[in-house]
Amino acid sequence: MQLNTAVTRSQEAILSTNKVIKNTYILLSMSLLFSAFAAYLGVITGIGHGASLVASIAGIAMLWFVLPRTANSAAGIPVLFGITGLLGFGLGPVLNYYLAVNPSIVMTALGGTGTIFLGLSGYALTTRKDFSFLGGFVMVGMLVVLGAAVLNIFLGIPALFLAVNAAVVMIMSAFILWQTSSLIRDGETNYIMAAAGLFLSILNLFQALLHLLGAFSGND
Amino acid sequence: MDWLKIGSALFLVAMIIFLFPRARHVIENSPKGSMKDWMGYIVPMAAVILFVILLIALV
Repeated sequence: MQLNTAVTRSQEAILSTNKVIKNTYILLSMSLLFSAFAAYLGVITGIGHGASLVASIAGIAMLWFVLPRTANSAAGIPVLFGITGLLGFGLGPVLNYYLAVNPSIVMTALGGTGTIFLGLSGYALTTRKDFSFLGGFVMVGMLVVLGAAVLNIFLGIPALFLAVNAAVVMIMSAFILWQTSSLIRDGETNYIMAAAGLFLSILNLFQALLHLLGAFSGND
Repeated sequence: MDWLKIGSALFLVAMIIFLFPRARHVIENSPKGSMKDWMGYIVPMAAVILFVILLIALV
């Protein structure tokens, strides 16, 4: 009797986990499409760096202050679309710059980001390894990268710029493994928060790849 | 000094300040990885690095 209950609970837990994973990936793909559309609007309207910064700040502010309050209700979905739309729109000037110098950089970065994300998610989902130990590494890495990025705004050292972007690729890759592992192992049960985290990692990965490819192709 | 640079720097500093308590919580509560665990991370990372090098060679 106890064994039957345990089996039933386990099956329920597996079904619940699979539902969270499915919902996360559906929401993530929809928000990525919406963000791509917003980025397209940012490109064709030719927004400036100031408007881009304002859109990014508004997106991150919504992520910090609005999403955590709405993530447990249906209101979280439009909030997530608002965040992804603003952050996508904020990409306008960067995309315009690279599209003007070499459009293949943007397409390569896009394809590269998709391949890395699918590869790492597939690796975490199929091996079912526990990557919870990466949490500390990801957080320390993010703080160090942010600190270095602040310094480089004023110093403008090209080597530091490349190092920061290379580190972002590594940290965002680790974040994808950590978050996907957390989804499988019931660490993250809210698919809106999970989709937001994965969206941010994809966005940062794309931007870092864009800068790296631009720099090494001599176009940055 | 360009106001855009100051705005960007303030934005990043705000991110550090906001992220710090969460980072401390995660660092204190995340388990320590064994050698085998880290190998499970290093292998896909090596693949990512090689892939990025390939992309750089392509453009």
